[in-house]
Amino acid sequence: MRNPQLNANGELTHLLTLEGLPADVVRHILDTAVPFASISERDVKKVPLLRGRSVFNLFFENSTRTRTTFEIAAKRLSADVINLNIGASSTTKGETLLDTVDNLVAMSADMFVVRHSQSGAPHLIASHLDRTGRTHVHVVNAGDGRHAHPTQGLLDLFTIRHYKRDFHGLTVAIVGDILHSRVARSLIHGLTTLGTPEVRAIGPQTLLPAAVASLGVRVFNDMRAGLSGCDVIVMLRLQSERMKGALLPSAGEYFKYYGLTPEKLALAKPDVIVMHPGPMNRGVEIDSAVADGTHSVILRQVTFGIAIRMAVMSIVAGN
Amino acid sequence: MMVQGSPKGDATGLPTAAEAFAELVERMRGAVAFDARFVGIYSGGAWLAERLAAAIPGSHPLGYIDVSFYRDDYARKGLKPEVRATSLPFEIEGASIVLIDDVLYTGRSVRAAINELFDYGRPARVELAVLVDRGGRELPIEATYFGARLVVARDLSVVLTRAADGSLVLGAEPSAEFRDA
Repeated sequence: MRNPQLNANGELTHLLTLEGLPADVVRHILDTAVPFASISERDVKKVPLLRGRSVFNLFFENSTRTRTTFEIAAKRLSADVINLNIGASSTTKGETLLDTVDNLVAMSADMFVVRHSQSGAPHLIASHLDRTGRTHVHVVNAGDGRHAHPTQGLLDLFTIRHYKRDFHGLTVAIVGDILHSRVARSLIHGLTTLGTPEVRAIGPQTLLPAAVASLGVRVFNDMRAGLSGCDVIVMLRLQSERMKGALLPSAGEYFKYYGLTPEKLALAKPDVIVMHPGPMNRGVEIDSAVADGTHSVILRQVTFGIAIRMAVMSIVAGN
Repeated sequence: MMVQGSPKGDATGLPTAAEAFAELVERMRGAVAFDARFVGIYSGGAWLAERLAAAIPGSHPLGYIDVSFYRDDYARKGLKPEVRATSLPFEIEGASIVLIDDVLYTGRSVRAAINELFDYGRPARVELAVLVDRGGRELPIEATYFGARLVVARDLSVVLTRAADGSLVLGAEPSAEFRDA
């Protein structure tokens, strides 16, 4: 079966996941984001590429930051942006997801940016549109369930490439709640696709997926051993629900074993960069001294995230 | 001068890149502002801008424009595979600008470049220098300076390439639009 993200010519027409996306497509997105990053440094932070197009942000799950960066990206491409917080409207009245989509297409939607708590929701929308012949409407996954968050994965890759130039020879550690993290899953697929020789997953056994080793990563339960010699450290947000679910004893206990402190950071390479997808829990997964320290590139990730989303939107809308 | 439809680069009447460049320098010398900024349109215009800055008296800071984000054919063709960052490392407001391109044809790239330029500021003056003006305009845009002016059959593209030794080569090849048709 054809990759549902690619059209008959092998061009990206939806972005649903980094899993199975060819390396040249991933590199093309990263390369295209470079000139978009410089647009954000101009006085007039706008180009006319998507003038006249309508981008609908369909957020079935809340996320202020991701929605905002998609909105800024679309506006910098001169698109019209419509934000819908669906949780609060149609679905509560009993409308199905695809009926909602059909109604918005009837309002001339050109692109859907979809965040949903159910894995596969963006895929369902994309295949519905393709099956019904509306191939001019594009879907970008802004995070679905535990499945994927491809634009976050791409902005992480962009940040790593910006600071480290290349993926060959890198050791990248992802620390924390990998089990529930679509961010981790997308990043692991992207790193593997681009030929990163060593990806490490660090966390307590209860927060590591049973099959994580099959993704091609080395697993560490001991954070100190796992951080040794790393070029890049990606800290994941610890969601407080995990504590309630009895997967972890307490936030304090977690910080003791898996919180990133200056002392643990010193075990990595001297030029290590520290990343975090946000929002951060200071004092839970990361110490303020590290979050605000010289190795932290966390706020640069946010800035690069806009350029990546501009690149993705302009590539899919042009195919 | 009429270039006939030979698909090879040796189309009769097409000057060499060196000949056209010498003519262009001759026309620009003494005519462009002493402090004019030279802005090359990627890729051919960028190679020319560097060479012109060295050949024309005065102080000519270099800038580069990639017009991909301003093209009018995005809706039909999408984004091109390789987009470079526009780099204009000087104040555009009040500046004298010479836009530089290899071949002036429909005028659409120049329209896109002017639009992009104005997103950086309001220049005092914008001129256009091209190596070859091949006719066929679809917009009211003309070159201020040109190296050669000739009429080329519509099924041919005039292209400037850079050889391995860095020298520029002017040639003609069948146009992609006609090849695909």
